[in-house]
Amino acid sequence: MKHLTIGILAFHGDVIEHKRATEQAAKKLRQKVTVIEVRTKEELSTIDALILPGGESPTLQKLCEREGMWCDIKKIPNIFGTCAGAIMLAKNIGNKSDGQKTLELMNIEIDRNAYGRQTDSFETKLMTALGEMDAVFIRAPRIKSIEKNVTILAENNDEIVACEQKTSTTFYLATCFHPELTTIRFHEYFLRNIL
Amino acid sequence: MKKGTDTVKRGLAQMLKGGVIMDVVNPEQAKIAEKMGAIAVMALERVPSDIRAEGGVARMSDPSMIRGIQKAVTIPVMAKCRIGHFVEAQVLETLGVDYVDESEVLTPADEKFHIAKSGFTVPFVCGAKNLGEALRRINEGAAMIRTKGEPGTGNIVEAVKHIRTMNSEIEVLVTLQKKKNSAGLKKLATEYRVPVELVLEVAKLGRLPVVNFAAGGIATPADAALCMQLGVDGVFVGSGIFKSGEPAKRAKAIVDAVAHFTDAKKIAEASEGLGVAMKGDEMSTLAVKMANRGN
Repeated sequence: MKHLTIGILAFHGDVIEHKRATEQAAKKLRQKVTVIEVRTKEELSTIDALILPGGESPTLQKLCEREGMWCDIKKIPNIFGTCAGAIMLAKNIGNKSDGQKTLELMNIEIDRNAYGRQTDSFETKLMTALGEMDAVFIRAPRIKSIEKNVTILAENNDEIVACEQKTSTTFYLATCFHPELTTIRFHEYFLRNIL
Repeated sequence: MKKGTDTVKRGLAQMLKGGVIMDVVNPEQAKIAEKMGAIAVMALERVPSDIRAEGGVARMSDPSMIRGIQKAVTIPVMAKCRIGHFVEAQVLETLGVDYVDESEVLTPADEKFHIAKSGFTVPFVCGAKNLGEALRRINEGAAMIRTKGEPGTGNIVEAVKHIRTMNSEIEVLVTLQKKKNSAGLKKLATEYRVPVELVLEVAKLGRLPVVNFAAGGIATPADAALCMQLGVDGVFVGSGIFKSGEPAKRAKAIVDAVAHFTDAKKIAEASEGLGVAMKGDEMSTLAVKMANRGN
């Protein structure tokens, strides 16, 4: 069995939560996995897959650029992004900050802070393609539209909140909420798809 | 669908971990902070060092000033209310700030009671000098803790003291838990004036159940990385940035040092050519110790 190295972009955000969820998912799948925190180009060059955590997408972008790893991230074949990470994966974004860019890897359009400010953040029971789960939306984005090769994995009140894009060589997974805070099912799903 | 739950309130702080939250007094500063990589900004009328220099009663900022900053940036905006001043907190919640800082930097409104924070939808961050204070604030509903340090001094010594105090007090709980000394844990819960369940939670986790930042006296990239290496989850920088010679450069440098806090080479690079740091104060010269406000 292939030993996977999963990187978590670790400049800021809920890195530990992703680390824990990934390790638990790997254990459940009996898959050998090493999870590393990624802050440099060198670390990025050692991984099979990358997780982009929750945080602030413009800040994460800046730190990646300062480290000269923005273009290299685009070459990682398997990426899972939650909240800020989902924004980074999108081709188009609404309500962006000055000079904000994305990796433009997923054929989706996403709105930042779509539900308003923190007082509008919420948790809810969510029906997903992976079953029902508790989902936490924090200053969350909303996926406005999807294009080719993108499959919807969850909707909340008719709004798309999780999706994937799979080709023969790449797998991208995006959620507007934070599965890493409540479940390991999305991490399991990510690992299964990149084995 | 539920808003304002503990998970939701604590959750935002979890997303801020590893980041730098900067004090700003106008939209221009907020934009610089965002551009240089701040994870959030704290909107206030005067930074702590000016409050210290000018004296008088320091209160919540003018709502129009907070709105101006909210319009200027897309990252979270926090704002301060006085200790115990729950109406200032209500006003800030109405304005839609993302976090309320019940802060000793402002003149306290209540000498006995802090705000009952659980009833609010907006999350609160509170200062603490030690574990007892932190747990009392969490028990009142605080969703994030920061060390008090000594605000507006540019002197890191008090923040370090508070981080170390909290770390060693948590270590005591962990040891008691390992020895299954429930009488000892109960005794400390009584001493800290919090439910024993909260003390047990800390003993099991080996850390606070909420995110814990450093604040109060951070002036250089190395100061910020020092706090990170001592185990905090992120840093607040108050006067240290916009009271320095070259704020934009220093803001970026502190963000870089926190993002790479274990990498001395990167901290060295970040520390180069930043111009004059804020002058700062020796503790013994202070007329007011803000950290002693609230307990």
